[in-house]
Amino acid sequence: MFKKIEAYIRHEKLDDVKAALKEIGIVGLNVVDVHGHGRQGGIVLSGRQGSYTVDMLPRAQVNIVLSERNVEKTIAAIQEAAMTGAQGDGVIFIYPVDDVVRIRTGERGADALTYEGDIDTKAGK
Amino acid sequence: MIDSGDTAWIIVATALVLLMTPALGFFYGGMVRKKSILSTLNLSFITIGLISIQWVLIGYSLSFGDSIGGLVGGLNYLGLNGVGLEVLDGLTIPHLLFAGFQMTFAIITPALITGAFVERVRFKSFLVFTLLWATLVYDPVAHWVWGGGIFYQMGALDFAGGTVVHITAGYSALAFSMAIRKRKGFGRITIEPHNIPFTVLGAGLLWMGWFGFNGGSALAADGTAVLALFNTNTAAAAAAVVWMFLAWREGKPSVLGIVTGAVVGLVAITPAAGFVTPLAAMLIGAIAAPISYYAIAFRNKRGWDESLDVWACHGMAGTWGALATGLFATTAINAAGADGLFYGNPGQFVTQLITVVVTIVYAVAITFILTKIISSVWGLSVSETEEEVGLDISEHGERAYA
Repeated sequence: MFKKIEAYIRHEKLDDVKAALKEIGIVGLNVVDVHGHGRQGGIVLSGRQGSYTVDMLPRAQVNIVLSERNVEKTIAAIQEAAMTGAQGDGVIFIYPVDDVVRIRTGERGADALTYEGDIDTKAGK
Repeated sequence: MIDSGDTAWIIVATALVLLMTPALGFFYGGMVRKKSILSTLNLSFITIGLISIQWVLIGYSLSFGDSIGGLVGGLNYLGLNGVGLEVLDGLTIPHLLFAGFQMTFAIITPALITGAFVERVRFKSFLVFTLLWATLVYDPVAHWVWGGGIFYQMGALDFAGGTVVHITAGYSALAFSMAIRKRKGFGRITIEPHNIPFTVLGAGLLWMGWFGFNGGSALAADGTAVLALFNTNTAAAAAAVVWMFLAWREGKPSVLGIVTGAVVGLVAITPAAGFVTPLAAMLIGAIAAPISYYAIAFRNKRGWDESLDVWACHGMAGTWGALATGLFATTAINAAGADGLFYGNPGQFVTQLITVVVTIVYAVAITFILTKIISSVWGLSVSETEEEVGLDISEHGERAYA
C-alpha cells in the first residue's frame, strides 16, 4: 500500500527539509511553489508610503510517494525540520495511492516506485 | 578659461558614472537569491544617497582640499565652501563639475564592497560602515593618488581609479567577509543566482558607464579621452573572450562567466586607460581574466564566503592593472603620462608596487578595525532566521515579486 505525503512548508525551511529527507533515505520527491493561507491570515508589508496587508503567502509544497510503513518516520522528519514554532509553519496531508507507473519502463507498483538504496528498499531487507 | 566641449563631455561622463552604481546593484542582484534582491539593489542605491551627502559636507574636502602633509585633504572645502563655477587650475571645466564627477567615483567604491556581505548584512551596520569607510579609507586614498598627496608626489599613475577604487574596495571586501559570518548553509547547500539576466543587464550598463569612468578621467574632450575610451572597450572585450575559453575548458561557456570577464577587463584597464596603447590594453584585459578566474577558484577552495567575489574581480584585477600600468605605460602615446618598465623605466613599476602594497595594507587595516567596532555595537549580520526569510522581508518589509 502506497501513500502520498503532501507537505506545505515555509520556503526558508525547504533546504532543511530536503536535507532531513535525504538523511532518512528519501530519493524521489518534487516541490511546487504555492500561495495560500491558513488561520494566520496574512502579513503586513511596507509600501511606498505606509503599509499594506497581503493574505496569500508563498509556501513550498513537497510531494513524496512511498510505502505506508515509512509514512510516520517521514512525517516526523518533515515536522522536525520545518517547524519554527511560529504560526504559519504549514500542514501535511496524507493520501492513499492506487498505483504507480514508471513511464520509461512501464513498471507498476513497488517496482515503479523504489530506487536502489532508498527508504523503502532498505526497510524491506 | 572654461571650454564648452570639455565641460559638456564631463557633464555626460558624470551621468554615465552615476548610472554605474544602480547598474552594479543589478549586476550583484542577479547573483543573489530572490528573497534578498531588493536588499542587494538597495545596498548600491542608498549608497548614492549617503555618499552624495557625505561628499558635499566633508568628502570632497578630505580628498581634494589643501594637503595636510600629503596624507589627507584639509577642511578648506568643507560644505563645498569655495568650490564654484570658476575654472579649476590647470583644467578647462568648472570646479564644481570636477567635484561632481569625482563624487560619482566616491559613490561607486563603497557600493562595490557590498558584494562581500549580501544576503546577511544588518542594514543599520552597513549604513554606518559605509559612511565611516568612505571618510577614513576612500577620501584619504583619493587624496594620496589624485589630490596631491604622497603617491601623487611620487609620480604614481592611476588614470581612473585602479588603486583608489578597485584595490580599496576589493581588499576591504575581503576583510569584511572575514569579519561577518558566512551565509547559512554556505558550502553545504547550492546557493544559486536567481536572475542571471539582471546580471547581464548590469554588466552591459557597467561597460557603457565605464566609457564615462575612464574616458571622463581625461577631464577633457581630447585625445586622451578617446584613447582611454578605446582601451577600455578593448580590455573588456579581451577579458570576456578569454574568460569564455577558461569556462569552456571546464565545461560550457557560461554567460555569467563571460559577463564577469568583461567587468574584470574593465577593472584591469582602469588605472592604465589613458597611458597605454590599444594592443597593451588587449594584453592587460586578456591576462586579467585568468587572474580573477583562478582567484575565484582559490576563494572557493578556501571556503571563504566573500559572496560575489569583489576581491577576486576588483581587488586582484585592480592590483594587476595598477602593476601593468607600471609595465606598459608609454609617453609615446600620452606625453603627460610616464614610461613603464617595458619602455625603459623600471622605477615606474617600483612606484606602482609601493602604492599597491601600502593601499592594500591601509584598506584592510581600517576595514578590520571598523568591522570590529561595529560588530561589538550592533553586530554585522542579521539572525539566521532573518537571513532564511530573506533580507527583503526581514530588513525592508517588502518582497520583490508578488
